[in-house]
Amino acid sequence: MADPMKIRAVARDGVTEVRVQIAHDMENGQRRDDSGAIVPPWFITELTGTHAGRVVLQAQFGAAMSRNPYLAFRFRGGARGETVAVAWKDTRGETRTDAVPIT
Amino acid sequence: MNPQRRDVLKAGSGLGLLGLLAAAGLILPGAARADGPRRAFDAGTLAEALEALGAVRAANSRDIRITGPEVAENGAAVPLGISASLPGAERLAILVEKNLNPLVASFILPEGTEAHVQTRVRMAQTSDVIALVKAEGGFYMAAREIRVTIGGCSG
Repeated sequence: MADPMKIRAVARDGVTEVRVQIAHDMENGQRRDDSGAIVPPWFITELTGTHAGRVVLQAQFGAAMSRNPYLAFRFRGGARGETVAVAWKDTRGETRTDAVPIT
Repeated sequence: MNPQRRDVLKAGSGLGLLGLLAAAGLILPGAARADGPRRAFDAGTLAEALEALGAVRAANSRDIRITGPEVAENGAAVPLGISASLPGAERLAILVEKNLNPLVASFILPEGTEAHVQTRVRMAQTSDVIALVKAEGGFYMAAREIRVTIGGCSG
């Protein structure tokens, strides 16, 4: 299973800002390894953010998102202690979900 | 709600969030989903990508701001910020004109979510970065050139 995401969700002035740092190689299918062979594509294609179970962001990614992707977004609402979760799925069908309380 | 369903919803991570949300009917319907059609990501030119997104008539807008370096030291990880003050913004997309496949990321913004994202992308070479926003009244876009000294797609 992939390493955990680092998620920070901070509520201020009625808006919650979420910052996610994801651990994923995000191979775009254009890199060659030491033997000269192309490393096949393997990257996150979809990501969903939720607040207290309600979807606040849906994202689709192409192969040009950087390795160990970073994403920040904001939504109105959210209070200390409520849960923000981020889930992703990649080209291999692997998934990861992490959740944090809003601070 | 039946107790089993309540327990399932409480169980959380074991089931995978997307499956969980789909089961609870909380994922947006149709093509407007994280797992929706990906045709636009396969487009090989900016024009084709915009066409696939339904945005060929996007109007230039000064209400969309793109932040990023003037010169990217590392084309494999170019930090970008997109921010739009357009009412009713419901979708946001990031494109890099000169990438093999210009569409880099596409976001659906539910009610209450701001048209404001920051991320890091790969740029193959110096190129316009385009931010596309679907809002009340249609599609809007802005462009900003980012120079790249070392291309970020093959390493």
